[in-house]
Amino acid sequence: MSLISEGAGQRRLIEQGLIEPSLAGVGDYLALMKPRVMSLVVFTALVGLAIAPVHVHPVIGFTALLCIAVGAGASGALNMWYDADIDAKMTRTARRPIPAGRVLPGEALAFGLTLSVFAVVVLGLLVNLVAAGLLAFTIFFYAVVYTMWLKRSTPQNIVIGGAAGAFPPVIGWAAATGSISLEPCLLFLIIFFWTPPHFWALSLYRTEDYARAGIPMLPVVAGDAATRRQILLYTLVLVPLGLAPWALGYAGVLYGVTALVTGAIMLILAFQVRAERRPAERASRHLFAFSILYLFLLFAVLLAERGWGGLIGRVAA
Amino acid sequence: MNERRKDEGIVLTEEQKRRRRARSLAIALSLGALVLLFYIVTVVKLGPGILSRPL
Repeated sequence: MSLISEGAGQRRLIEQGLIEPSLAGVGDYLALMKPRVMSLVVFTALVGLAIAPVHVHPVIGFTALLCIAVGAGASGALNMWYDADIDAKMTRTARRPIPAGRVLPGEALAFGLTLSVFAVVVLGLLVNLVAAGLLAFTIFFYAVVYTMWLKRSTPQNIVIGGAAGAFPPVIGWAAATGSISLEPCLLFLIIFFWTPPHFWALSLYRTEDYARAGIPMLPVVAGDAATRRQILLYTLVLVPLGLAPWALGYAGVLYGVTALVTGAIMLILAFQVRAERRPAERASRHLFAFSILYLFLLFAVLLAERGWGGLIGRVAA
Repeated sequence: MNERRKDEGIVLTEEQKRRRRARSLAIALSLGALVLLFYIVTVVKLGPGILSRPL
């Protein structure tokens, strides 16, 4: 469906009195950008940018983060445009701007496409082409590969689609250095293997919601026990990966201790989830909540330890 | 609700006009910020060299 035909179609519907002209406020457009997801994207991109072993002018750094944030927001808007039908069926998403009727689908599509183009072009012109290329690929991956293809067709949707959420630190690093190396790839792998346990823990207590919307999430397709087993397997891979930056000498003792302690808690929670059976969902909720703190702590400590040439070291000195 | 007359096309209500004004203002501010960003980054990238070009 093209943007022009979507716009013309909306005008015809308005003239026929079938839909009202837009009542969308500025806040509705901000909601289309999924601000909570955007804040996580900006934070992980900041870590990638700050730990890069080169000096980045603050204005260039700010510009890179702004473009990454806008690119993430654009992906969110395109996702909400395409998924409006299933968002309307799920309790968690029914109040989003499109299913709630505050934003017309064509408006969200135009908004998402415009922001995507602006974010990539500005990043390419003002920062560098490697970062811009990675951002363009990430938007494409999230909006087309994940949203339009994987999400409705396979229970591996969030495993493969999780790559889109794992790219921001790599883009941040590329914005600073103009290249990619092992360090940002490690950060990519941490987020990549963190995503399945995080979302599957959520889906364990939202199974009915996903089933009603017809999304083939793992608990819907493979069942409760298989999902709990997969959560444990992914966590067993995730925890050593979380320790890898310290083991390979990219991070200091503080990071190592943080990764060890929080990784141990993640494992305990994953084992509790494995042992739990429906309808109990307490362990799943605990794992979902703690997984957010786990990722935040790993990146925050890495930022403090390594960011801007070693913030902690300089403060201590 | 909308008042529509065939000869006047789509007539917006006061609320719809107010929301449209807010959206237009947000677009104007965003474009202004973009212009400012390009200006600042140009100065940062070129530095003092911005003033020393052959005339």
